[in-house]
Amino acid sequence: MNQKKQMPVKLEHITKVYTNPKTKRNFNAVDDVDFVIKPGEFITLLGPSGCGKTTTLRMIAGFESPDAGEIYFGDQAINALTPNKRDTAMVFQSYALLPHYNVFDNVAYGLKLRKLPKDEIRRKVLGILKLVGLEGTEDRMTNQLSGGQQQRVALARALVIEPAVLLFDEPLSNLDAKLRVSMRTEIRRIQQEVGITAVYVTHDQSEAMAISDRIIIMDKGHIMQMDTPQMVYYHPANHFVADFIGEANFLPAKVLEVYKVTDPKKYGFVVKVSLNGTNVEILSNNGPKPGCDCELVLRPESTTIADDGILECKVIVSTFMGSHQYYQVKYNDCTLKITDYNPRLKKVYQVGDKAFLNFDPTNLQILEK
Amino acid sequence: MKSNTKQGKELDRKKLLSDPILMIIITGISVLLILFVIYPLIMLIGESFEVEPGEGFLANYVNVFKMSTFKSALANTLTIGVISSLLATVVGFIFAYVDAYIDLKSGFLKAIFNIVATLPIVSPPFVLALSALFLFGNAGLVTRGIFGMLSSNIKGYPGIILVQTLTYFPTVYLMLKGLLKNIDPSLEEAVRNMGASRPREFFTVTLPLLLPGIGNAFLVCFLESCADFANPMLIGGNIDTLATSIYLQYTGGWSTGSAGNAAAMAVYLLMITTVFFLIQKYVLEARSVATLTGKASRARILIEDKSVTVPLKIVAGVIGSFVVIMYLCVFYGSIMTVWGRNYHPTLKWWKYLFSGSGEGFKAFGVSFGLAFISACLTSLFAMLIAYIVVKKRFVGRKAIEFVSMLAMAVPGTVLGVAYIRGFVTGVFHSGFLAGIYGSSAILIIVFVVRSLPVGVRSGISALNQIDKSIEESAYDMGANTAKVFSSVTLPLIKDSFFSGLITSFVRSITSISAVILLVTPRIPFITVRINAYADNGNFGVACVYATVLILLGYASIGILDLMTKKLTIKKTEI
Repeated sequence: MNQKKQMPVKLEHITKVYTNPKTKRNFNAVDDVDFVIKPGEFITLLGPSGCGKTTTLRMIAGFESPDAGEIYFGDQAINALTPNKRDTAMVFQSYALLPHYNVFDNVAYGLKLRKLPKDEIRRKVLGILKLVGLEGTEDRMTNQLSGGQQQRVALARALVIEPAVLLFDEPLSNLDAKLRVSMRTEIRRIQQEVGITAVYVTHDQSEAMAISDRIIIMDKGHIMQMDTPQMVYYHPANHFVADFIGEANFLPAKVLEVYKVTDPKKYGFVVKVSLNGTNVEILSNNGPKPGCDCELVLRPESTTIADDGILECKVIVSTFMGSHQYYQVKYNDCTLKITDYNPRLKKVYQVGDKAFLNFDPTNLQILEK
Repeated sequence: MKSNTKQGKELDRKKLLSDPILMIIITGISVLLILFVIYPLIMLIGESFEVEPGEGFLANYVNVFKMSTFKSALANTLTIGVISSLLATVVGFIFAYVDAYIDLKSGFLKAIFNIVATLPIVSPPFVLALSALFLFGNAGLVTRGIFGMLSSNIKGYPGIILVQTLTYFPTVYLMLKGLLKNIDPSLEEAVRNMGASRPREFFTVTLPLLLPGIGNAFLVCFLESCADFANPMLIGGNIDTLATSIYLQYTGGWSTGSAGNAAAMAVYLLMITTVFFLIQKYVLEARSVATLTGKASRARILIEDKSVTVPLKIVAGVIGSFVVIMYLCVFYGSIMTVWGRNYHPTLKWWKYLFSGSGEGFKAFGVSFGLAFISACLTSLFAMLIAYIVVKKRFVGRKAIEFVSMLAMAVPGTVLGVAYIRGFVTGVFHSGFLAGIYGSSAILIIVFVVRSLPVGVRSGISALNQIDKSIEESAYDMGANTAKVFSSVTLPLIKDSFFSGLITSFVRSITSISAVILLVTPRIPFITVRINAYADNGNFGVACVYATVLILLGYASIGILDLMTKKLTIKKTEI
């Protein structure tokens, strides 16, 4: 595709109200959601089922109407536009290929609606099929294709009309695990090549990490955090985000002292906390008040187990996983998960063993309570 | 945050309004439904309250209720309804059970079951009544021919109940067959595994799960029986039901009573059928599916025990064969020299209708034409209604669905009376549309209204099977409603569309109750002619027409079969 159409998308205080069919009570499926997508950016809406991510996507497409707020494509408010008048194209979870058309006619569908000349349609369809790696399949019926190929047809069909915004509704959830990984790389490659603005919905956090420029994490209709994959992983805004993205251990602690520092790694504070009497100094980008209770987020892979160290614990689960040894250990009342990579040359602790935990103080995140 | 759906609803409304084709469809369908379903019924109900000066508001209803003829008609309708539906439900259940639990093995039984399964679609009125008279009437093959009896008492209760039972049980069979398919055999295996015997399994699992479905089937039969006109007319003797009483009131068979009384009588029948229709549709229909756990995961282990299978097979085989024989009798009746006296075969009745000046070809052409036009209109409207009901969200959606289904609750005779009241002098006596009364147009409209519920229902179930996102994807790529419907929806529901077309064709060409009140002598509609000939004792000619209808019915099924097969082959080829 030669022509790049890049369009910012703005959601301004969007709320969608649904009625619970059983209790007849209204609830906000999407509650005051407000964000801006930059032109050409790949944004993922991530969250557990029922968090409002799909509803948000369907409001951008126009299938649902927001009960409060306004959606803008560029400068244009589009609330009152029907889906066929909006310059979006969606890739559906079930692919939604037209079963009575072959591959070519499926991809050409949107172009025919735009009344393009025949030879131009043909050129564009064949070009886009090449881009998604489906040359030579144009005469096949869609039910003769594998799941991954059907997915590519759905993607080609959405891309070929060169929409301002490309929408994905959990497009990979019907594929097997290996194909999911290769397809998400493919989708990212094609989006970069075309330079299109994209909004992607998924509940799979590794998919979100792999594909996005920024991730919007949602829960119960609210935005929990909107940031780059690195930031949401290393600096989760709250307990929900830390727990939802990757694996996390939570340790209750008390803030003792806070110093402001100027650190090249953009950590602004040194925070001294007490973990059950054990004092630990942590580099943090937020500065909690001394004396308050907080929670430390500790990732399983940034914690090591050894014969001596910072925290004393007892091993309660020890499982060989191939790439790593998986432990669960008891520290005071907390059960912590630890992944120890390349266990072949290391000491392996058995259930019941006493051990110590070590961690780099820069790898902790402090969450205020 | 305060929950307020106002903006969303406003936007949804705006989006709907910006789709002119959809708006035209919704408006058009609403106008037609109001004009041809609601309006005539309102006129009928209105007339039932037109009283002489000085009489009370409900005078007509009180007067009618005091009439002994009405009281006996009411009692007859309800008694016959209950008995026929009970018998039909029992027989239909036996058929469904045998079909699901017993290996039929013999080709003869399989053929019988296949024929029985087609009867609900084909079954022209009068056929079973004619052959019941043929076999058991005063000059019947069995009663006089074999037993030498000089008179029989088949007319009246026994005749109506026999004929209605045999007419309705195939419907019960098909309904319950579908439900039995949805009972997961592993439920039954689980209780067998826990030590339950076959009878215990039947009474603790199969029967309780099926009970709402059985109730549903019973009510469907009951509604049909209450509305039945043809059978009581032909084989009722001096027994009158509400449907025939209303007819006789209007055609002058009864000299007593004013128009208001007649309207009140029709409203009484309408109230009975509407109440049972609402119970059937909104209470039992939903429940009969909800109790079932879903698709059967595996084939059922069939019953082998001979002490169970043999008696059940004999019962089903005998009843099934009897029905088939009754259909064949009608053909024999059409080639019998003198009804009940001379059994020598002859073609004179066929020649009488189909040679020279006989009306046969004209009757065939007119009936075929009317039914075909109606069927095309019905399937088109049914699909449009089903489409907007399933796929679009707008105020009045539920009302459109309800009204299009309402015709199911209105007995044909009542609808016929309502149309006379509504259109003789034009809409609201204004002369507008008065021309349709007495023309073919009103027959076509009645056919469409009467077949619409079946079409809408099958359209809704076909549309519900299409993944919503397929249409959304087309919409999202820029297609408007009309384009989505023509390029995506319609091609995907082709099969259902054709089967709706054929079903409504057969329903129309075999319908009698509403038509008989609206038809004029100029229009020789076959079922009406059968009634006239049978009424005059000219059973041979009546049987010729009935045979023609049976053949037409099976030809239609054959065409449908061919078409769907062709369509399915095409699908597997690609």
